Amino acid sequence: MESIILTIKYLNVYYDNHQILFNVNLDVPEKKITTIMGPSGCGKSTLLRTINRMHEITNMARTEGEILLKGKDIYTMHPEELRSRIGMVFQSPNPFPHMSIYENVIAGYTLKGIRLSKVDKDEIVERSLRSVGLWEEVKNKLFKRGTFLSGGQQQRLCIARALAMRPDIILLDEPTSSLDPAATQKIEELLMKLKDEVTILLVTHNIAQASRVSDYIAFLFLGELVEFGPSTKIFTTPENPKTEEFISGKFG
Amino acid sequence: MENLKALIQRQSGNIIYRFASIKKLLNFDKILKISLFISAALVLGIVLGFVVTLCVASFDFLKSVGFSSLLKDTWNPLTDEFGASPFIFTTILVSSLSLLLSIPFSLSIAISLSDKKGNKLLQSFLNTSLDLMAAVPSVIYGFWALFTLSPLVRLLQTKLGFAPMGVGLFTAVIVLTIMIIPFSAGISREVIKLVPQELEEAGYSLGATRYEVIRSIILPQAKSGIIAGFILSMGRSLGETMAVTMVIGNFNAFPKNIFSPANTISSLIANQFNEASGLHQSALIFLGLILLVITLLVNLAGAFILKGSRR
Repeated sequence: MESIILTIKYLNVYYDNHQILFNVNLDVPEKKITTIMGPSGCGKSTLLRTINRMHEITNMARTEGEILLKGKDIYTMHPEELRSRIGMVFQSPNPFPHMSIYENVIAGYTLKGIRLSKVDKDEIVERSLRSVGLWEEVKNKLFKRGTFLSGGQQQRLCIARALAMRPDIILLDEPTSSLDPAATQKIEELLMKLKDEVTILLVTHNIAQASRVSDYIAFLFLGELVEFGPSTKIFTTPENPKTEEFISGKFG
Repeated sequence: MENLKALIQRQSGNIIYRFASIKKLLNFDKILKISLFISAALVLGIVLGFVVTLCVASFDFLKSVGFSSLLKDTWNPLTDEFGASPFIFTTILVSSLSLLLSIPFSLSIAISLSDKKGNKLLQSFLNTSLDLMAAVPSVIYGFWALFTLSPLVRLLQTKLGFAPMGVGLFTAVIVLTIMIIPFSAGISREVIKLVPQELEEAGYSLGATRYEVIRSIILPQAKSGIIAGFILSMGRSLGETMAVTMVIGNFNAFPKNIFSPANTISSLIANQFNEASGLHQSALIFLGLILLVITLLVNLAGAFILKGSRR
């Protein structure tokens, strides 16, 4: 069995008095792709956003339970420190429009006022862009605005921006939902390559995508974690009838 | 029977045809186009007419005294001396100073009002107060400045060893600052609200603090709009008359220090228009034209800055 990087224990999440997640327990294995799959509105994004405490930004969600990153309770850390260890990629590509491609990649450092030498910056930019397969495509226009790229390229730039911080985990919240099939395929191939260097936690409602890329699958339904296990097992011999109904397309 | 059916069909076809032709006659697209054209032309016509009237009315002054008198600094209508440079200088000084002073307040207000996680009750209270501030008539501001602000200024003057007059440049700048805060803060608030939520989230997800997100994401994104807002507020403060007239001290020369009484173009016009006639009146109208040109230039500069920052 692989080592576990993130442990979620008895997690309950409430918005106002409305409970979104019920007693979620999940062990996320290191350097694998774990996919949280389920129908719309089942709490997938909420679960993801609790992991890097992004839910604290927009609304006052209340959480109960424990989330441990390498054994350390994330609620004892500074949210800023936590978020630079757990990167995030969003539904639609969101490079910073006022920054060039180069500046976008190192945005995590410049935002926090971390000064880097030119050599370090160049190194980080090239490494990050290479690992998302964007280097060859953009190396001659690094100082153009990131928003001039195509949607798929922008999303890969956002992944590079997250990777530049050398995070332990990256969270991807339906990263291909606004992309065309070709760009989606590129991102999926990229994720499978990236798992050698970083743990990936992916949220999707696309069953085919989940089956293509995942090592482990967590099936979430109405705020409860119905089933968790290796991808092959979930897709061949699911234990819970709900899981089977979902992957065979009976609802969702 | 067959015939009757055909007849009905033909008749109804006719009716539909006639109806369509009426509709064609009342071509709504065309009506809309014409009415839009008329309103647009009206606006242009009013502005043009306004400028022409000002030019015609100031012609007397230009003919007999001349443009060069603008550069002189003595204003004495009794001896036909119309040196206007102190008023032009004071106008620009007062509005620039009040703009500068208002920037930190307006920006902080705008940022706290657009905070999505902020206290909703406090925000709506602040919003209402801001709208209310914008709605207060300028004569009320002048009144307040005269009876509340100027005694305080007098205290300050005594402390600092100036003649305790209470009214003057300083008081005018303070009251103008307060008056333009709701405008610049209001525009900045709207512009900041337009910054996409996803960009803020992207910043937070990289580990940035709230301050860092504001400084490096929200403000750069909203920059051009914020500048435009400040320029618009400056345009407003350039022409602000009532409150300034009440507290600036009505003194027709260059201000000697920050507390000394002075006159802006608009306060000069307001103070003297009643008893002006002939050449004096023409001179005041010409100053009005100058004020219009200054305001126009400021707005053009704003547009220019906007264009530059978008690139």
